[in-house]
Order: sequence, then structure tokens, then C-alpha cells
Amino acid sequence: MRRVFVIVTVALFALVFWRLIDAYSELQALRPLAQYYVVQGPIELGAPNIVTGILITYRGFDTLGEVAVLFMVAASVGLLLKSESTATATEAATEAEADDDSVPRRQPGEIVRTGMQVLLPMILTFGAYVIVNGHLSAGGGFQGGAIVASGAMLMLLARPGAALNVALLSVVESFAGVIYVMIGILGLVLAGGFLDARFLPRGEFGAFFSAGAIPLISALLGVKVGAELSVIIDRFRS
Amino acid sequence: MTTGLPVSTILLITGFCLALIGLWGMLTQRNILRIIIGFALIDTGLHIVMVATGYIRGGTAPIIDAALSKADAARRAIDPVPSALVVTAIVIGLSVTAVMLAFAIRLYAAKKTLSIDAFTESKW
Repeated sequence: MRRVFVIVTVALFALVFWRLIDAYSELQALRPLAQYYVVQGPIELGAPNIVTGILITYRGFDTLGEVAVLFMVAASVGLLLKSESTATATEAATEAEADDDSVPRRQPGEIVRTGMQVLLPMILTFGAYVIVNGHLSAGGGFQGGAIVASGAMLMLLARPGAALNVALLSVVESFAGVIYVMIGILGLVLAGGFLDARFLPRGEFGAFFSAGAIPLISALLGVKVGAELSVIIDRFRS
Repeated sequence: MTTGLPVSTILLITGFCLALIGLWGMLTQRNILRIIIGFALIDTGLHIVMVATGYIRGGTAPIIDAALSKADAARRAIDPVPSALVVTAIVIGLSVTAVMLAFAIRLYAAKKTLSIDAFTESKW
């Protein structure tokens, strides 16, 4: 009976989606807003990567909110998992039984350990590269931060006993957030509005130091996202 | 590449199919982790759909460099707005998944099982 309902629901959704696909015709030219961003974005901001320009300047306030969401998730995951681990710790201490939770953690294999030593510097370097080149080519704070966090995850897999310095990461992350907001206020004072990146010189188009404050904001975002994701990964490990 | 379908239609079909698979998985599976995987599939499928709506026939990535001059950009770049929105959507999807996984851990700690049938308190 339930299966029939499931099939009917999925079929109805498939119908909706099919009508959407059927009625969609591929764009032949840019929409007016996109037209403005593509034409004016590089001229106004001096950033070759238009997506980064939109994310960090035109929709910078959104990005700030997004980072706030990530922060709240890190906090709530910590809250959810912390009380659980203390509750089960007392429980496990009283029961002291050997169910599948309390078997000692299996040591990582040779390949993971050696691979970590070879790959970790490269992953972190690549993450830093992606973060600081966000205004020039594909990449940016979020993407680079995720790469850095994947490096942290590999490290935690290869060395299960290692403890991530969560307190330090939280401090780094908070400072990145504070500086991010202060740059936004600087934009409000010195340029056109909150998070306007044009208060620094635009520089030569396509050069590494160019596009106003966009690389700076990108780097801060990268630090913040990397630290937050690493903290989330570490919380899940415990 | 001479398929009869336009690129964005192929992407839309792929994305919506992925979303349907995820929906199917969410409705039929009884294991909470599999339900979360179903959610992640819906999420990914809809990201593909969103990116597909920004594609312009013959367009390329909206990055001004040697291959795409400023004057050319208005004609050949794809719509950058959906791409920027999808970055936001990916982060929100990751956040929701992380919170759901944390809840799954709590539920497992409470009942020592991940089957959704064990959690009958909030069933109507």
C-alpha cells in the first residue's frame, strides 16, 4: 500500500519536472541583470571572475549571512554532539560493556598514513592557491576553504589520535569574521556601500594584486570557511 | 557533440532524475542515514538544475581572460547569477546535512538503532 503511494508521489513529481523541462527553452542571450553584471562587473570592480565579483561585492551581504549560517551550524552541531558524548560517557562508565562503540579505533593503513604525508602539503597549498586566486580564475573563499577542510579531514583519518586545536580554530575563525565585517564597514565609509570592495585601488586588470578588497575578503572567507568546516569535521569524529 | 537535445535540457533531465531518485530513496528507505543520502541527492540534483538554467547556447565560463575579452563577454559568457546562487545553495545544503547527521547520531544514542520505525513518539 505504502509502495503505491510512493510510486504515485514520485510519478507526480516526475510529471511536474517533465512539464518544467518541456516548457524550458535554452537562453539565447543574457538576462538584463546578468548583462549588467557581465558588462559592468569587470569595469566597476576590476575582477576578471564575474561570479566572485557578484558573490563578494554585489551580493556580499548574502555571503556574510551564509557565513553566519555556517557558524551557527558549527555551533549547533557542537551543542548536539557535546551533550550526547558527556551523557554516554557517564553511561558507558557505569555499564562498562564492550559493545561496538567502545572497541578501540582501528589504526589507519600504511597507504593512508604515507599518502597523508605526501598529499597534505599539496592539498593545503592548492587550497591556498584557490582561495587567493578567486578573483582571477575559478575559485574563491568557499571553494578553497572546502579544499583546506578536506586536507584537515585526511589528517584526522590518518592520525585518529591527533586532536585538532578547536579553541585556536574558533579564535581564528572569529577574528576572520570580525575583520570581514570591519572591511564591510570600511566600504560603507570609504566607498559606495556595505561590503563595497572599491575602497582599495583597482590595480591592473588581471594582476594578482587587483580588484580592490576582493582578494582580501576572499582570503578571509577562505580562512573562516576552512576553520569552520574543520571544526564541524572534528565534532563528528568524537 | 551532435545530440539532438540542447545542453541545458540534458542537464535539466539529469538534475531532475537525480532529485527523483533522492525522493524515491527518502520515501522508501527506513534507515535514517539512507534518508539523509536521499536528501543529499535531491540537493545535488536541484543544484544541477539551477546551474543549467544559467546556460546560454555556446556560452563559456564568465571569467575575463585571454580566451574571453571584455567586449566579447556580453555575447559569449553564461549567466553568472545562477552560478553565484548555487554556491550559496551548496553551503546551505551542507549545513542542513551536517545538522541532520548530528541529529541522527543523537537518535542512535537514544535508541541504539537507526531505523525510522523505532521512533514512534512523533508518529500520528
